[in-house]
Amino acid sequence: MRDTLRIPLRPRPALAVVAMLVLLPIAALAAGQPFYLVFAARVLIYALIASSLNLLIGYGGMVSFGHAAFVGAGAYTVAVLMPMGIGSAWLLWPAALLAGALLALAIGAICLRTSGVTFIMMTLAFAQMAYYLVLSLQVLGSDDGLALPKRPSLGVLDLGGDTAFYYVALAVLLAGLLAMRALLNAPIGRALQGIRDNETRMEALGFATYRLKLLVFVIAGAAAGLGGGLLASLNGLVGPNLFNWTESGLLMVMVILGGAGRLIGGALGAAVLLAAEELIAEHTIHWPLGIGVLLLAIVLFAPQGLAGLARRVGSDP
Amino acid sequence: MIEAVLRVSGLQKRFDGVLALDDVSLELARGELHALIGPNGAGKTTLIHLLSGALKPNAGAIALDGRDITRLGMHQRVRLGLARSYQITSLFPNFTVLENLALAVQGASGRADRERARAELDAVGLGPRGEALAGTLAHGERRQLELGLALATGARVLLLDEPMAGMAPEEAMRIVTLLEALKGRRTILLVEHDMDAVFRLADRITTLVQGRTIASGAPEEIRRHPEVRRAYLGDGMMV
Amino acid sequence: MPLSLIAEQLLNGLQLGLMLFLLAAGLTLVFGIMDMINLAHGSLYMVGAYLAAAVTEASGSFWLGLLGATVATAAVGAALEVSLLRRLYARSHLSQVLATFAVILIANEIVRMIWGSQPILLNPPPALAGPVQVGSVRYPAYRLVVIGVGLALALLLWLLVSRTRAGMRVRAGASDRTMAEALGVDIRTLFTAVFALGAALSAVAGALLGPLLAVQVGMGENILILAFVVITIGGIGSIRGALLGSLLVGLLDTAGRAFLPFLFRKMFPAAVAAEAGPAMAAMSIYMLMVAVLYFRPAGLFPARG
Repeated sequence: MRDTLRIPLRPRPALAVVAMLVLLPIAALAAGQPFYLVFAARVLIYALIASSLNLLIGYGGMVSFGHAAFVGAGAYTVAVLMPMGIGSAWLLWPAALLAGALLALAIGAICLRTSGVTFIMMTLAFAQMAYYLVLSLQVLGSDDGLALPKRPSLGVLDLGGDTAFYYVALAVLLAGLLAMRALLNAPIGRALQGIRDNETRMEALGFATYRLKLLVFVIAGAAAGLGGGLLASLNGLVGPNLFNWTESGLLMVMVILGGAGRLIGGALGAAVLLAAEELIAEHTIHWPLGIGVLLLAIVLFAPQGLAGLARRVGSDP
Repeated sequence: MIEAVLRVSGLQKRFDGVLALDDVSLELARGELHALIGPNGAGKTTLIHLLSGALKPNAGAIALDGRDITRLGMHQRVRLGLARSYQITSLFPNFTVLENLALAVQGASGRADRERARAELDAVGLGPRGEALAGTLAHGERRQLELGLALATGARVLLLDEPMAGMAPEEAMRIVTLLEALKGRRTILLVEHDMDAVFRLADRITTLVQGRTIASGAPEEIRRHPEVRRAYLGDGMMV
Repeated sequence: MPLSLIAEQLLNGLQLGLMLFLLAAGLTLVFGIMDMINLAHGSLYMVGAYLAAAVTEASGSFWLGLLGATVATAAVGAALEVSLLRRLYARSHLSQVLATFAVILIANEIVRMIWGSQPILLNPPPALAGPVQVGSVRYPAYRLVVIGVGLALALLLWLLVSRTRAGMRVRAGASDRTMAEALGVDIRTLFTAVFALGAALSAVAGALLGPLLAVQVGMGENILILAFVVITIGGIGSIRGALLGSLLVGLLDTAGRAFLPFLFRKMFPAAVAAEAGPAMAAMSIYMLMVAVLYFRPAGLFPARG
């Protein structure tokens, strides 16, 4: 039976990409460019965060302009807990995840009473409040932020090494994407996309749409919080700018660029945007100009984002 | 003594101070097909909105099986067995026809039961179109699916807002046949402009004019009712 | 707290509010009429400030700079509308966000290429450099002129929108685009004109605020967010709402920064006040927006019924 909503797992291209990502550290070390591993790990983390936002924007029709708040909450949770003597990632990262989820529960419970542009501006408002709160609290380091004493440890695994950290980030991202696919293919995923397309009718069919949206909002917040925790662990420092609206805007750009409502849209957008930044910046200090032209070209010529473009090209014989 | 499944008493609705519905009372007996007629702007769709929970009344009460549901939300009423269809088709264009129906099954029961969705597909006569995207259907098919979504919720009480709106005569006939088959098995409040269909299908008819019920009774009573005739004067359908 | 300080802060709030209004007016019309989210509106404000500085430097006259920047930025705005934004009206809000975000990046880099990364200087006219006595308050003459120009433009815009044929068309477009088209309004030309007007107004704001804030790359982004807050509070598409929202935000922001730390020092220990005061001040605008939207999701003066 035809099933248009089901997200298929195309084993061959998927395995090829995973194999490339697994082999990347070996290539980087062989090429004598170990610096790229930190960059690559950052890309993987942003891929996770952007995917969580894609779940909201692309599949739930919830255009959140405050997603950075959940990232910041997770990052600061790690930065605050570590000096208290908690050094295990097994505790720190779940705590970051929980922080993102709780903040999303509080913000979502209020903002999801509204929709459309009002929802966009409400989420922005709460994230900005969090930004100014962090900015002015001296216990959180005000505008200097906080530095982590060292990278957390993951049991026997020492995350101090960039290669180990890279593989952990890769594992988290892949687990995240698989979980997202499972969620979307499950009945709750159908319901989510139904709400995106026609919320009133969904209610008239008996769906508790508000509760469903809030649940997904919390899940996305949790994933973003986890991403924030990973980011703090990788960078070794956190700053209030993690909460700023520009960060939320950047995440949104990643999602739209990659393809809202495509499973790999968020990951693809994060990878392309960050890689383009890195590549163009090597050649000119005016790299934002290049990024701007690139984004403009994509809006005009690939309305469904890069994932949509890939699909279109891929389906042509 | 009839057993009222849906009981509406003293319902009132104002929009910006203008009275859209005034003291509307209505009882639906179990298994009856009750038609709601009236000229445009009489408040028929407003009444459907109030009964389904899309709007809240300014006064009055609605009871389903003796339970007060006046303040319940739309989805809660569906879960209790009261569902509606829309006058303006409201589907999920990016979902296939079958997926549309599966959503409706899932919404009321909480379970995604594809077999039941397929049964509903055949029931509304869209059997061969299950795999088509709802957005690609012809108007008549869209109306069939619209009705199908309400049916697929499994609700015991259905509020059908002009299910035949804009359909060609032979398409409308299909809906009439479908509703005839449903008679007695579900309790139906039918809003419809097609008087032939109404008089053919309805057990009882209530007439709404300018937000007030002016008559309620068996089709023959309504046909002879002087006030109804006055309200419809010049409206050739009643003569 | 001396009354003169309160009066001074009120004037500062009025001044910020009026400048916000110049930005918000164009933004709300473009959003309301064309249903277009234009993130690049802040870039026009930046371009206006830079052009004002350049023309002022070349001509030696601040007022020539202001005039030149206004006209030139209107032309830039019109060119942007005709070449790019026009293609985006029919697209989703998400596409508009991505495209106009790209315009921000491009505009910032072009400005950086021409004028460099360092903030540049824009001096107020020498005649207005000193303070003047207003009642019991000594207030900078230049800031008073900014308030005067802001009030005059707000009045002019109100007259234009409420009392002229062109304004009637704009209002018709804001409340119902299809209806306006049915009435024979040439939507394409109207859109370009509205966009150029919005660009000119933001250039005025950029030029007038230039001497008070720094003229630098990225100056448009933060004020853009404030302008979005303003139009959401006021009701998208409504000039009246934009004016009220601007004044509310301007006064609240200024008052919050000036008085909240002071207030907190009386209520809490000094250390707590030093932390919480500035935080509350900056957050107050967003709290206002949340409060307004929670009770009136369409803003204070919704343009659409």
